[in-house]
Amino acid sequence: MADLTTEFCGIKSLNPFWLASAPPTNTGEQVMRAFDAGWAGAVWKTLGDPIVNVTSRFGAVDYAGQKMMGLNNIELITDRPLSVNLAEIRDVKKRYPKHVVIASLMTETKHDWQVLIQKCEDAGVDGLELNFGCPHGMCERGMGSSVGQEPKLLTEITSWAKEFAKTPVFVKLTPNTGDIVEAGQAAVKGGGDAISLINTIKSIIGVDLERMVPVPRVGQGSSNGGYCGPAVKPIALHMVAALARDEIAGTVPISGIGGVSTWRDAAEFIALGASNVQVCTAVMHYGYRIVADMIEGLSEFMDRQGIANIAALRGRAVPSYKEWGDLDLGYKLVAKIDPKTCIGCQLCVTACNDGAHQCIFTGPGERTRPPHAHTKGKATAPTPLPLGKIAGDRVPWIDEPECVGCNLCQLVCPVPGCISMVEVPGGAHETWNDRVAAGRGKIPGGIHD
Amino acid sequence: MISRFQLPDDRVEKALPDKKPLLGLAEARAESERCLYCVDAPCIKACPTEIDVPTFIKKIATGNIRGSARTIFEQNILGYSCARVCPTEVLCEGACVYNGWQKAPIKIGRLQRYATQHATAQGEPAMFTPKSAPTKGARRKVALVGAGPASLSCAATLTLEGHEATIFERLPVPGGLNTTGIAPYKLHAEDALHEIEWVLDLGVEVKTGMEIGRDVSAKELLDGYDAVFLGVGLGRDTKLGVVGEDGPGVHGAVQWIERMKTLKKSDAKLHLGRVIVVGGGNTAIDVARESALLGAEHVTMVYRRGPDEMSGYLHEMDGARKEGVTLTANTLPHSFVRDAHGKLVALRVVQTRHGKPLPNTEHDLPCDAVVVAIGQAKLRELAKQFPGVEMDDRGCIKADPKTGATGNPKVWSGGDCINGGKEVVNAVADGRNAARTLIAAWSSKASE
Ligand SMILES: Cc1cc2nc3c(=O)[nH]c(=O)nc-3n(C[C@H](O)[C@H](O)[C@H](O)COP(=O)(O)OP(=O)(O)OC[C@H]3O[C@@H](n4cnc5c(N)ncnc54)[C@H](O)[C@@H]3O)c2cc1C
Ligand SMILES: Cc1cc2nc3c(=O)[nH]c(=O)nc-3n(C[C@H](O)[C@H](O)[C@H](O)COP(=O)(O)O)c2cc1C
Ligand code: SF4
Ligand code: SF4
Ligand code: SF4
Repeated sequence: MADLTTEFCGIKSLNPFWLASAPPTNTGEQVMRAFDAGWAGAVWKTLGDPIVNVTSRFGAVDYAGQKMMGLNNIELITDRPLSVNLAEIRDVKKRYPKHVVIASLMTETKHDWQVLIQKCEDAGVDGLELNFGCPHGMCERGMGSSVGQEPKLLTEITSWAKEFAKTPVFVKLTPNTGDIVEAGQAAVKGGGDAISLINTIKSIIGVDLERMVPVPRVGQGSSNGGYCGPAVKPIALHMVAALARDEIAGTVPISGIGGVSTWRDAAEFIALGASNVQVCTAVMHYGYRIVADMIEGLSEFMDRQGIANIAALRGRAVPSYKEWGDLDLGYKLVAKIDPKTCIGCQLCVTACNDGAHQCIFTGPGERTRPPHAHTKGKATAPTPLPLGKIAGDRVPWIDEPECVGCNLCQLVCPVPGCISMVEVPGGAHETWNDRVAAGRGKIPGGIHD
Repeated sequence: MISRFQLPDDRVEKALPDKKPLLGLAEARAESERCLYCVDAPCIKACPTEIDVPTFIKKIATGNIRGSARTIFEQNILGYSCARVCPTEVLCEGACVYNGWQKAPIKIGRLQRYATQHATAQGEPAMFTPKSAPTKGARRKVALVGAGPASLSCAATLTLEGHEATIFERLPVPGGLNTTGIAPYKLHAEDALHEIEWVLDLGVEVKTGMEIGRDVSAKELLDGYDAVFLGVGLGRDTKLGVVGEDGPGVHGAVQWIERMKTLKKSDAKLHLGRVIVVGGGNTAIDVARESALLGAEHVTMVYRRGPDEMSGYLHEMDGARKEGVTLTANTLPHSFVRDAHGKLVALRVVQTRHGKPLPNTEHDLPCDAVVVAIGQAKLRELAKQFPGVEMDDRGCIKADPKTGATGNPKVWSGGDCINGGKEVVNAVADGRNAARTLIAAWSSKASE
């Protein structure tokens, strides 16, 4: 069985699955249940001067029957007294010495930071996470994402924390910024030992159209909140990878956050450079129990791939994350439909016709290509026409010379494995940057032609 | 609801609840979101009225229920009752691509009911505004004979386009077999009438208790209207024509069902006890199943050929079997056995091979009632009164199945009387197609 333990800035962890700072880490009682379920670490719900929360607090996007594809909240940091949180942290660390507890922190003045850090470390935390990410409420008071969006401020406050901290300092970044690399570099410049990202994305989740008030509704008003859950994973993956391959930001370990719901998501984050992952929405949706499958699934996957430990998985996909200009223009794929499994819904036909390159047809004989087609003459159905076991003569066929290999048909096909993208002989290997270097960077038909 | 057409409250059929009740919001959402939204969808082609199924289903998924119902009604004005009575297993749902994938097909009928029932509920604003006059040409007058699904669909289509449609119905209630014949666990008579009220609110006129050929002559219609549509359906139950048939305890199936659906318990006289149903079609299965559900002691179907040759649907027979109905196949009625007082005591039968009687196989099946479901007669007499209208060998009115045109250029026809007895949805398609043909002809004449 693969070794799932990690070491993160010297902090040993039983596995790479931590709970992100959020409602699942509100209290000691919860965190201990989470550890019992298999979570290796918890970033405590952000500590600071207690706040007051509103009702209601959450809104969600459901998609085609799937609940909570994206979640939005207007909750603030902890609403419990600091002393109570600290006593619970102390208790948890005493009872679960092998598990990781990180204190997430947010406050204002340098002196406040000093006191807060000291109190947390006295309670026995393994590390500190500076919450520079919250995009609602707290940022109006000059904290959270208003720090994360201002590189100079970010560097300065990080360096304050480093001045006082004995344990590792994680800087949690906001995705609400033009260039995440700039924020990552600022964190490293301030001396941050690690980066956590992403926090939530500034958002309005929807509008109650009967009352004409955005949601979540608080009486007759609402406010923008923070967006998270499966929908934000692609944004988070990009940001993690962008930091991982950066010369400066990439020098510190990354804790990947944003839409992690399964072992597969976790493996993707780690392959793109994260050292571990943190989870919030998936636990709010399904509970702590999901970690059992995450642990087992990741371990099975690593065994299958012959990857011995997390360190060996980390960053594996980073080198193949390239600039567009370095991609091979000579590589060619075309779509192939498996008549055996096709159910004849013809979603691929319409998707290709309206949204791609007009090269999927049905029925026997010749079909007129659109006037803009690159290939001369008519498209001809394969003979004999592929007859499906299920779909009979409703199985479509691909006009291969016109297929640009964009994937769209495969993406819309409801039957797994029915459409595959197969490699066909293309041109010689050449990238856009090669072309530009060779003086062939200008394509006829431009603005000045 | 105050209806123009009153039925007694304590009808026998009321004892049989819906087998497929209205879906709730959550069920409808979940089911509609499962639909793949196929292109050139096979379910559309399998619907005789070609309802745009994926479009109406997607509208349910987005919460646009009235829009969904509008999509349905544009093709099928009786989309509500069709949703409840169509044999979807062999129509739209049978063609759903999910079948091939070994997954349950989309519950199209249930979703169709969901949209149409909500959109036609009392208090809902009108969905269509009939034109006051046709876009092109004069307003024409059309007489329709029989207020079954065929005529209702034809009349509604004409009315929406701005023509004047008057239906003559011999019975006191409109709806034809949709009101008087459908198994109660699919559709109760009052629900059929509710839908008709909704259709009549579009401006269709119906005169009940008026039999063409008796109260009004064919000639009067031909003289007084621009066109006549015959949607008369089929006639009385066919008799076996064997000894002892006339007398208490023996019923024609359609008549038995009509009594069950429209009469008070005390008037219906259905003779539930040991019941024998003669026949192997859907009507026979319906009667058998209804008898069993209503509490008959024992119900068996006597059919002259093998089980595989029954014309009734397999899914219906399966349903009847679950209700306790048994099948006595390869058996032919010989005569009715009555005691000295004329009371029915048994059905004497012979065994058959390939439908032919075998010698020395006579035996008695004891029973309290026999319901004969071997078909309905054709209304030959009425058709004959319209010059030029011809009949085929089966006794059906000869009409173009696509347009309903008959041998008389003024007379059109559709539904059971031209196809020999299919489904409600076929009758709706026929009526609508005849109306569309007339509308197109009149408007192109006007632009000449
Ligand atoms: C027992 C039974 C169960 C059925 N179950 C189903 C089912 O579950 N699903 C389904 O889709 N289909 C079912 N059908 C079939 C369906 O009911 C018919 O196909 C459909 O009703 C035909 O419509 P129509 O308009 O052609 O005729 P009908 O519904 O028969 O209507 C004809 C009307 O014309 C009237 N009429 C006749 N002569 C005259 C006259 N001279 N003057 C005035 N009025 C006249 C009649 O009184 C009647 O009201 C069933 C049929 C039967 C018999
Ligand atoms: C209700 C709620 C409250 C949150 N509170 C905090 C917080 O106090 N501090 C913090 O750093 N992040 C907070 N977050 C952000 C999460 O820690 C996490 O960064 C984000 O939800 C993305 O991860 P996910 O997609 O797994 O949910 C909160 C998120 C939610 C949904
Ligand atoms: S290939 Fe896929 S998308 Fe295309 S018709 Fe077949 S099942 Fe549908
Ligand atoms: S009318 Fe009947 S066959 Fe047509 S879609 Fe509706 S339920 Fe299916
Ligand atoms: S065939 Fe089935 S899945 Fe496809 S559109 Fe029709 S109901 Fe939906």
